Formats: sequence, structure tokens, C-alpha cells
Amino acid sequence: MTSLADRPDNPAVGQAVSHESAALHVTGTALYTDDLVGRMRGCLHAWPVQAPHAHAYVTALRTEPASAIPGVVRVLTAADVPGVNDAGAKDDEPLFPREVMYYGHAVCWVLGETAEAAQLGAAAVEVDYQELPSLLTLTEAIDAASFQGNQPVVARGDAEAGLKRAPHRFSGSFEFGGQEHFYLETHTSLAHVDESGQVFIQSSTQHPSETQEIVAHVLGLTNSEVTVQCLRMGGGFGGKEMQPHGLAAVAALGAVLTGRPVRLRLNRTQDMTMTGKRHPMHASWEVGFDDDGLLLALRATITSDGGWSLDLSEPVLARALCHIDNAYFIPDVEVLGRIAKTNKTSQTAFRGFGGPQGMLVIEDILGRCAPALGIEPAELRRRNFYAPGQSTPYGQPVRHAERLQDIWAQLSVRADVERRRAAVERFNASHEHSKRGLAMTPVKFGISFNFTAFNQAGALVHVYKDGSVLVNHGGTEMGQGLHTKIRQVAATALGVPLDFVRLAPTRTDKVPNTSATAASSGADLNGGAVKHACEQIREQLAEVAARKLDTQPYNVRFVDGRVTSLGSAESLSFAELVHTAYFQRTPLFAAGFYRTEGIHWDSTQMQGEPFKYFSYGAAVSEVEVDGFTGAYRFLRTDIVHDVGDSLSPLIDQGQIEGAFVQGAGWLTLEELRWDTSAGPDRGRLATQAASTYKIPSFSEMPEELNVHLYERATESGVVYGSKAVGEPPLMLAFSVREAIRAAAAAFGPAGRPLELPSPATPEAVFWAVQEARAAAGRGTLPATTSAASGAGG
Amino acid sequence: MEPHEVKVNGVPRVLAAGPQVSLLDWLRGQGLTGAKEGCAEGECGACAVLVAREDGPDRTRWTAVNSCLPAALAFDGGEVVTSEGLGRAPGACSAEELHPVQREMADRGGSQCGYCTPGFVCAMAAEYYRPERQPAAEEREPCHGPNGFDLHALSGNLCRCTGYRPIRDAAYALGAPAEADPLAARREASAPAAKRTRFVSSGTEFIRPETLQELLNRLEQDPDAVLVAGATDVGVERNLRHSRPRLVLAIDRLEELRGLDIATEYVEIGAALALSEVEQGLGGRVPLLSELFPQFASRLIRNSATLGGNLGTGSPIGDAAPVLLALDATLLLTSPRGERSVALADYFTGYRQTAREPDEIIRAVRVPLPLAPITAFHKVAKRRFDDISSVAVAFAARFDGAVVADVRIGLGGIAATPLRAKATEDALAGRELTRESAAEAAAVLASEGTPMDDHRASARYRAAMLEQAMLRFYADNAPELEVIR
Repeated sequence: MTSLADRPDNPAVGQAVSHESAALHVTGTALYTDDLVGRMRGCLHAWPVQAPHAHAYVTALRTEPASAIPGVVRVLTAADVPGVNDAGAKDDEPLFPREVMYYGHAVCWVLGETAEAAQLGAAAVEVDYQELPSLLTLTEAIDAASFQGNQPVVARGDAEAGLKRAPHRFSGSFEFGGQEHFYLETHTSLAHVDESGQVFIQSSTQHPSETQEIVAHVLGLTNSEVTVQCLRMGGGFGGKEMQPHGLAAVAALGAVLTGRPVRLRLNRTQDMTMTGKRHPMHASWEVGFDDDGLLLALRATITSDGGWSLDLSEPVLARALCHIDNAYFIPDVEVLGRIAKTNKTSQTAFRGFGGPQGMLVIEDILGRCAPALGIEPAELRRRNFYAPGQSTPYGQPVRHAERLQDIWAQLSVRADVERRRAAVERFNASHEHSKRGLAMTPVKFGISFNFTAFNQAGALVHVYKDGSVLVNHGGTEMGQGLHTKIRQVAATALGVPLDFVRLAPTRTDKVPNTSATAASSGADLNGGAVKHACEQIREQLAEVAARKLDTQPYNVRFVDGRVTSLGSAESLSFAELVHTAYFQRTPLFAAGFYRTEGIHWDSTQMQGEPFKYFSYGAAVSEVEVDGFTGAYRFLRTDIVHDVGDSLSPLIDQGQIEGAFVQGAGWLTLEELRWDTSAGPDRGRLATQAASTYKIPSFSEMPEELNVHLYERATESGVVYGSKAVGEPPLMLAFSVREAIRAAAAAFGPAGRPLELPSPATPEAVFWAVQEARAAAGRGTLPATTSAASGAGG
Repeated sequence: MEPHEVKVNGVPRVLAAGPQVSLLDWLRGQGLTGAKEGCAEGECGACAVLVAREDGPDRTRWTAVNSCLPAALAFDGGEVVTSEGLGRAPGACSAEELHPVQREMADRGGSQCGYCTPGFVCAMAAEYYRPERQPAAEEREPCHGPNGFDLHALSGNLCRCTGYRPIRDAAYALGAPAEADPLAARREASAPAAKRTRFVSSGTEFIRPETLQELLNRLEQDPDAVLVAGATDVGVERNLRHSRPRLVLAIDRLEELRGLDIATEYVEIGAALALSEVEQGLGGRVPLLSELFPQFASRLIRNSATLGGNLGTGSPIGDAAPVLLALDATLLLTSPRGERSVALADYFTGYRQTAREPDEIIRAVRVPLPLAPITAFHKVAKRRFDDISSVAVAFAARFDGAVVADVRIGLGGIAATPLRAKATEDALAGRELTRESAAEAAAVLASEGTPMDDHRASARYRAAMLEQAMLRFYADNAPELEVIR
């Protein structure tokens, strides 16, 4: 057997092909969960009763008025739950709560013949609340010592001593915003009890196995009595890793109780007000540098805003702590993490899973401190890159660290950075009312679930007698192109053309006990499992072919649907071989399994080697800031990114570009505003619609965007030498934020630290510009600034 | 009465849905699930479809609209094309037959999750068929492809996956429609005529009157009726706030409300013309409006939204009001009692309240000529495409040398109503515009209105944006004023 990373001749992997469903997408015939409703006779529609308080007890719930509304079939309440009344696995998320924990919390659900009837019914349900004090902001939670979950520490060496030794010390704090997933398809579940008595749920879920488990425990059934299918999602981004379960359970409960199919689809406002988001966080920090700008020590406390329940807040925080170093070696480190409990939606996974938040802290520190150190920020970053042989604060050697310097150098040349820097300076010297900034930032991101057990996957591959191939695997398709890559993997492993291979929808009755399609690991894990399954089949077929071609099995080659033998002119088609194999009673299907080798993690000590490998990349962005308004334009971004040997270059480029723009959205436009006043709407999400929460549009795409895949990057020990791509490129967007900082700073005197809030909305940038201008008026560098209080420098 | 019917993808379908059913929900109920609901308020474009609109008396223009906003009934007698109707994916009984727009989107990685894709495809197809689209000569206009594709056509479509680059590349790679292309050919014949529609369902009623007189009569009987043109506001109220008006009167096809008259003393714009139609019809005749249109919501919205609607709602943040205030526009209000004209400056009487009587309709907006030669529109928002203003400022000025002879400044987003910055106008009038006088006027402008804190912006930022608007107005005109001096 060949190694996992080796590629045969003329492989299907590495070809630039379109998304496997592209023709269906563009013709509107790709089906999503809510498109199936018309195929279900007598489908009921579910509508939530959302509480209008941030924190309250439900003292009375009268459902009779709803039942009086024409078309209302039933109201689902806690009393209806035959199993466990919990939407999660930690017993802290009651599906039908008696205590309202956030504004918009659903206290019960109404089923109607039409969505209109269900909505009117929900409006008619009478609920009495006893209001309770609420905590909304991180500051309120910290002051009240309202925390939940563990409080991990990542430490190495002696941070205190390191800081004392440092000739240049700075301290500061930084609170930054979360992010709404804004997948275009909102959460949807469609449940019915099928002809065998099985509860069958179609759900827009990244984690069908966990959806199945939660539905089963709510209904008091075994997992084997519940099947979950996900055709595809209209975007997930982590928002459908944990959040679909309770919604699926409500739909399933309704289906079991009424004997009719139940559709539960959140509209945009319900989705935004009920489901979790990227964690906002607060960091306070002290950092020390030597005279050359090398990091000596970092001490920080990261407080994550977990919202009302834990959900995935603990592993998200762990990843934040494990990425506060980004690409930089910090000898002495002590980083504390804790999770605030607030009366907001329960914050959850979002592309990067805490990694972006951790990295934002160090990138903000470097961006703020560089002027005080008198070192150009890009140079400060480069000097601090990990070198081969160095390890992360949690004890993992940084393999391939030399790629950081190499990618950086390649990017500088490709993007013509030196010449453009000079051009930016000329532009700024000749423009009073607008300034440009150019900034370069690196990414190092660890791949694998921190929790070791999740790093496994299964697959079930069938070859039919005509040679056609049907692949089942545990990963879900949310637009990231997983099915496209898996198809290429299967075609490569079996040596058949791409169009021999079809992907079946993801179902828990085909591949059990799957991990979430998350942590960028979909292709690594499921690709490994599919390859394993295909190779078992191929080995069986090679035996048959060897007899037929009068050779040894190890001489048989499978390429492009032809089966040949080394040193022989004879060949047969894959279909012929399969046909023959069937009559020789050879198994033509196989279950594949994959587990990531060589990883371990001690979550108490926060030490180990949790990651199979690191993904590397760097970006340089140029922006222009308008001094009148603080509005900005993204002029150009260049990216060099390491995806190993790409399984599918068009897909990988799409992931890189899309993640970059999504990251830029998080750092600039996208602003979640909750009502934090003492008024009657305290706790209400004020930005709860597309009209008030702004994700990037065409106007935020860089006018020029150049992506280059790092070459000769084979990753040993990963399927066909590839690397994961889903999350890491999101953090390339720090280059945009730092470029905005540079442009805003250019309105003032050089060499002055400038604070920039996150998100850097036009308003935030305007105030930063005003700050810089005011400094120009003062003409001197202030002795201390809140941005970076210099103990030295 | 004739049955209600819509021709969808070339096939007539009977329409039996109440006034509360959007075109989107109706299409999806028909099994055409390509168009998706992403936001239900016309912000994301996932629901975009093509509709056949009149393009002069004997031609048709394929126009992309958000199908989540208008009632399906508004398309009684009309023609609609969805992503399913443009082309065909390969299947058991059919070979692949993708439309050129679909081909480019599929081949260039324009779809990832695919959920927004049908809407993008329809918005892109409308621009593909835009009769004025021509390959660029030498110098490309900003936001235009070498094939003349105007990227603003996609300003109302959101994609969360791709980062847009492959979609832009797909748009810019499109050629011209083939001669045999049936949708291209369809442009050469008249659009479906407006059809009188009346539909009653469980206590709600939808009426499309045939004449202005019929409308006025009905409105007199029923002054609570909701007037609907493009439904870009009413549709949001229905979808997000569950508004269910008892009587809806569709006015967007009434000829009396669709005039565009460029006379010697004024330009008169029919209140029910879609903003895109106004933009095409004016052809740059009113530069301040030309500056406004690309910043007003998105192309998908402008294809439906009207000046009558924008002013009729009395919203303090509608972008048309500040511009029309600066242009000194008047509204022509018609009722059974006749027509009267009200200066826009006197029209807004309070938060979402106006001088319009319940039995009156806005028939047209009149902009007096000659236009002030120096104009500017400054919109401050988070996003450049398709966002709601936190502050909007419009200037219209006439200089006598370097002296401000006459200036009007319209403001939006800083008070309960749009308003004229009278104190600032007074501070400027008769003075030479210099850095110093501009700074003084900027301070006055910053104190106009009563800006609030909300999720779009702080009150402090809004006031600062007023000040900065004045400083920018000076900066933009300073070089010319220097020459004069």
C-alpha cells in the first residue's frame, strides 16, 4: 500500500474542477432542506414564542388562546417532552426553558397548518414573566464575576521574569466584537416518522450524528431509531455545528406527537436573535520586547463572552489560547482564559473557532507597539516568526516553520511591496483628505480538533456491477467543496474518471458516529476514510485483474477507468473488471476508517501536540481611508497560502478568497449591537436583520485580489499530500485591519501608536483619524497613551 | 372576471393566492424552489427573478426584482423568468443546457453553497440583456467590465461564501446574447399590458385599478387603503412585522403616475416610475439625481422602488428626500378635489407624518429649472453598496464668482424628518466661500437637527458627518474657487 500522501499517475486530485453541484446551483435545482416541504403531504409549520426579556422566570404559560386560532394544530411545551428536556449535551440548554436566559429565547413552539397560522398562534400564546436582573456586556459580567466552564492557562517559562527583563514594555486592553454567521440559508429542519416507524429528520446541520443524538435523547429513543440526513447546506461556517440540534428536536417532537411532517425554518430575524455567533472577547495584556523588537514575554487574560450557556465555548477558548502566538515565538508566556456568562445568545463555533480571536490579540499588540518601537510593523512581524526547532507555548514543535519566511519573501516579490510602499507614501504626501495604508500579516493555524477523539472518520463506498461508484462519508457539504474533493479522492483511489463517482447525501444510517464537519478537517478526515475504503476495493479488484491479465496483483494499475499491468499491452476497462469480479464473488463495497495519527492533548495542563500540522499563509492589503467620513476602500490584496498539494485548486482558491472577505467583514463592517440600556428592550439584538447587520457586498471586495497557492508543499501523512483550507485564510484579513490602521495613522504624525476598535466601522475609523489629526495638532508624541504605555522605548 | 395568471418560464400558471402571498412564496409553492428567501426584506437578492417590464411602447426589458417583496398578484398577466427557466442542469432525460450566465458562474467557481446563486444568476441575466450594454471603448467606467457589464447590477445580491471575485469575473466574461436567444428576442415585442386585477381572500383585498379616477374613487371610499407601487417598503412590513392591510391598491402601472416630462421650467417625474426608469429616462439631465441613484439601495430595489413610495412613507432616512430638498422640489398631490402642489420643504410634518391628506396620492415630483450648477450628495453609511444612510447631505448652490449667491442643503438621518439646513444656508448666503467661512458654516451645520444614537451610528458621529460634509463641499470646490479668485 502506498503512503497517504502519495499520488498515482494522472490523478483526479489536483485538477481544477468546478463545484460538484455547480450546474444544479446555477439552475436553481440544487435542493436545500426547505425546498423539500412541497414534497411532503400535510406538512405542519412550527413557529416559536420568543420571550421579550433578557432574563426572567416564566411564571405562567397559557396555550389555550393559541389553540383557538384557526389552523393551529398544537402547542409544544416542556410537558410534551418524553425524554430529556435539553437541546445540548451539557444539561445547560433546556429545550423548553422555565428560566428565560436571553431576549428572544423560545419558551414554546406552535404548530400550524400554515406558517401564517402558526405565527398567529404564537402571538396568541400568553406568557407571564417575572423579570430578573441581567448581564449584557463583558464588563458587567466581569464585574459580577459571572463565569462558566473551565479557566484554562497556557504557560511556558516565567512571564513575570520575562517582562521584568524586557527593555520595552507595553500594556493595554482590547475588547472586540463577535460575528453573525449570516449563512444565506437559515436554520431548517424537516421531520417525519417514516413507514418503518423511524424518526427521519432532514436538517441543515454540520453535525448529523450529534443532531441524531440530541433528537434521540429528547424523544427518549435510541440513536438507532433516529436518522438524520443533510442534503447540503446554504452555508454553515460553524453556525450549524451545535445550533441545529434543538431545532431538529422540536420538529421531531412535533412529528412524533402529531403523526405529520413538521417543518421548522427560522426566518432571518429568528435566526439572528436565537442562534449563537462568534464569541466577542476582551483581552488585557502586558508585553515585553528587546531592543531589536523581539518578543520576550506576554502575559494576558482573555475573557470570552459565552452567552447564556456553554455550548462550544470551552473548546473555542482553548483554540483562542493556542493561537495567541500566531506565527511568533514568545519565550515566556502566561495566558489565562475564562468564559463570561451573559444574557445573550449562546455563542458558538464560527470559522476559526477562537483562533481568529486569539490571533487578533497578538496582531493588535504588534500593530499598536510597532510605532513605539520604531520598527515598521511588517518587519517587526517578520523578525518574530517562529524558526525551525522552536515550539509553541503549549509544547508543539512548529514543523515547517521555515515556510513562514519563505511565504513572506515570495509575497513581498509577487505583490511588489517595496515599490508600492513608496507609492503609498507619495500618495499620502499629496492627498490631504484621503490616505492609503499597506500592511502585511502572517497566518499560522493548527489543524485537527483539539479534542483528540473527534479526529476520526468513516466512509462507505459501493461499486456497482456497471462500474459506477457511490460514495457515502460522514462529512457534510456546506459549499466548501468537500463533496467535490471527495469525488476527486475516490476517482483517484479507484483510478476511474470523475464522472464514474457520485456522492450520496450525508446520512447517519450510512456512516455512524461521525464528527462534525468542522475544524477545516472535512477533507483530511473523510478523504482519508474514503481513500481507505476505495483501496480495499481496489486491492480486491487487483486480485481479479491479475488473474485476468496473467500478472501479479502488485503489477496492476488503475488509471482513468482502464486497468493495465506493468509490462503488458493487455488491458480491460474498469467496468469489465467489476463485472468479472462480481461473478467471482468479490466484495464490491467497503467501509473505510481514518484516524489522525500522532496527536495528543492534555486539556488540564493545556500541553501536548494537538495539531497534525500547521497551515501557513500571508497577505498584503492596501486600503484607502476617506478623512471626511472614515469610510474605506479595499484597493488590492495579494495572498500566498499553503494548502499542501491542493486536492482541488479552484475549490481551494474559492475557500481562500471567501474566508478572506468574511474575515474582513468581521474586522470592519459587521457589528452586533445589543440594547444594553436599562430600558424595556434591554438585551434585544438591535442588529437583527440584513438591513441593520451588514456583511460584505461587492463594494467590499478588494478591487484587485491575487491568490497564489504555495508550491512544492506536500504534507506527508495527509490524504494525497494536501492541507486543510476552510478556516486558516479567514485570518489573512488582519492585513486589511492593519492597513486601515496605517492609513488612519497617516493623518497624523509618523511613529505614533494608534488604537483601532474592532470592528473598524467607518465611524470607528473616523474617530481614529480624528485622534491622529489631533496628535498632529499637538505635534508631539504623548508621554503615555492608553494604546501602549511605554515603560521603555 | 378573467382568471389570474402569470406566465412563468414561458408557461402560464393560474394564480390563486391572497394579497399576503409574495411572488417568492407563490413561486416556491408552485415547485419552483430555485429562488430562495435569505432575508425577506430585499437586502440579499437570493430571491431575485426576472420580470418583463415595458421599455417604451413596443419593447420589453428584462428586469430583475426581489420576489420576496411584491405580492404575486402584482404580476397578474405578467411574465416571470426564474433560474430554472434560464437553463437546465444535466438529468436523466435531458442534456445539460446552461444559459451563458449560468455557464460562466458554474465554470468560474461562482457558486459555493449555491443558495444565493439563483438570485445572482437572475440579476446577472438582467444586465446581460440590458439593451444599452456595450463593450467598453478604451477607458472603462468604474465598476464596469470590458463587456460593459455594470457591477451595480449585482449590488443587491449578497454572497457569504465566495468573496465575489469569481462572480465578478463571470459577469465580466459575458458576451452578447445570441440572435436565437428567446429572451433576447422577447425584448423586441411589447411588454404585457397592465391588467385590472381584483382579488378578495379572507377579508383582504387586492385591487389594481385601471385608471387614476378609479383609484381616487376607491381611495375616497377607503382612505385606510395601502397604496403599493414597488412594495419595497410594504413588503418588508408584511414579511417582518406581519402587517396585513385590509385593502391594497396597486398603482405602479397607472399611466398618469408614470410620466417623465422635461419642460423648460421644470422636470416632472411620475411618482410611480421605478427609480431605474427615472435614471434611464433622465439620462443625466439632473446631475444631483445621477449622483443619488447608484447610492440608493441596490439595483434590485431601484428596479421596483419609486419616488412616490420613498416620499409617501415619510421616512426620515429615505435618500431621495435630502436630494429633492436641495433641488427645491415640489410634490403634486391629487385627490378627487383636484391637484395641489406642496413644496417638499413643507411636506414633512413629523416622524413618518406628512401633509398628504388620506384621500390624496402623490402623482408626480417636480424639480424646477434651471438647476443650481454646483451640486453634491454625500451619503454616509457602513457599506458603499446597498446600505441605509446614517446621514445624507445634499447641496445645490449657485456662485457669483467665489460668493455663494444661493444655496440649499437637504439633510436626512438627523431628525424626525428630512429637513433643510436653513441656518447653514443663511450662514453661507452672500459670503465668499473660503476655508474659514466653510469652517464656520460647518460648525453651524453640525448643530442642525437632533441626531440620535442608534445601531447605525452615534449622535456624535452624525453631527460630525454634517460638519465634514460642509468641509468636503468646500474641498471639492476649492480648486475652481481658487481659479476664480
